[in-house]
Amino acid sequence: MSDYLQVDVRHTLGDLSLRVSCSLSAPWTVLFGPSGAGKTSLLRVLGGLIRPDRGRVVLHGRTLVETTSGTWVRPALRAIGFVTQQPTLFPNMNVTANIAFGLSGLDQRSSGERVGQMLELFQASQLATRMPADLSGGEKQRVALARALAPEPRLLLLDEPFTGMDADLKVSILEPLTAWLAARSVPALYVSHDVAEAFQTAADVMVIDQGEIRAHGPAQAVLATRREQLLRQLGEGTG
Amino acid sequence: MDQQAIFLTFRLATLTTLILLAISIPLGYWLAYGQARWKPLVEATVALPLVLPPTVLGFYLLVLLSPRNAAGRAVSTIFGHPLAFSFAGLVVGSVIFSLPFAVQPMTSGFRSVDREIMEAAELLSSDRGRILLRVLLPLVRPSLLTAVVLAFTHTVGEFGVVLMIGGNIPGVTQTLSISIYDQVQDFAYVQANHTSLLLLGLSFLALLIIYGRRGRAGV
Repeated sequence: MSDYLQVDVRHTLGDLSLRVSCSLSAPWTVLFGPSGAGKTSLLRVLGGLIRPDRGRVVLHGRTLVETTSGTWVRPALRAIGFVTQQPTLFPNMNVTANIAFGLSGLDQRSSGERVGQMLELFQASQLATRMPADLSGGEKQRVALARALAPEPRLLLLDEPFTGMDADLKVSILEPLTAWLAARSVPALYVSHDVAEAFQTAADVMVIDQGEIRAHGPAQAVLATRREQLLRQLGEGTG
Repeated sequence: MDQQAIFLTFRLATLTTLILLAISIPLGYWLAYGQARWKPLVEATVALPLVLPPTVLGFYLLVLLSPRNAAGRAVSTIFGHPLAFSFAGLVVGSVIFSLPFAVQPMTSGFRSVDREIMEAAELLSSDRGRILLRVLLPLVRPSLLTAVVLAFTHTVGEFGVVLMIGGNIPGVTQTLSISIYDQVQDFAYVQANHTSLLLLGLSFLALLIIYGRRGRAGV
């Protein structure tokens, strides 16, 4: 896969000064770093939830942000799916309506079919009419993923969506997710502060610390050159 | 009881509430999420009727709506008659006077919606109207109810502004609160008592609706 995402942004947010310049090409990239390193902030910049002070973001050749020219594409028009650690479902809508919310461009029949496909993908068809308040944490995360994928994004941002889940549950969600992404050649940028997870699952690893990318490349190569430093950073970052 | 005044008062309150709903939803949304530097100026202007004596507001509205100035003449052209001492004038005055009672609950309601929910909606839809109707308004329903009840009851109980702008014309601008004043002036205490009881009951019921709703919602 050639570079699908080019990022060159500067943004100050409280104590954090984000200075990120990178290009992503791997289908699955893990963004790894200690707490407060700027992982979530970078994802929020890419998703359009933060306007960077300066810089440029280009996805699949389309400029999403360019501060010099004032280019700014709204979050929903970026074709980016975003799933956060705490799934935020609309509490007033049932599961079907939640997933269909991002499908306003489709007619009712197509929207219904897409929702059905997504529910099936995440083995959640039985949840279709349930309200978010009646779902477990794992069920909510399945629905949040289904909702993020339903509009068929061109990039998926995952901000530690499996934190706190047991291994079986995580695998049961990750498997259909990665299969769906691979079938459509949709890349994912996956945030993690779990060093083992980062290097087990990643095609590429990008290490971020204090708002800057410290290393970026194939997982094993990054691990080989920065193992000690990474483990030390992880220990400091997570206390 | 003065049937004419009852009908006129409830017509005025209904119209005022509908207009205030149309204004307070977008204005409350903007006050909650807008980033303009001059937002405090708008907030202060909206809240002004809370602290201003109704007679002061009524006086300036009367001056503003007078055919002697450009604004008054323009409004007279639109409505086909001067707004002072007319039912339309009462509506304008009531909308301005009850504005904070509708806008402030809506602003608080919008502000209380989790930022994460707003962001989730913005990630999925670029249509702000759709986000407002499908996500936000259902979540701020208690605030909407509070705004409606407060705007309606506050309009029903208005005295100073109504008297200043509308005068006291039976069947045209004489509302229930002015009717009570007239009845007391005429020593018609039994009638005044009946009308007052009606307003007392209505006000109590309105508060009961708001607090009952809050109790069920656990807020």
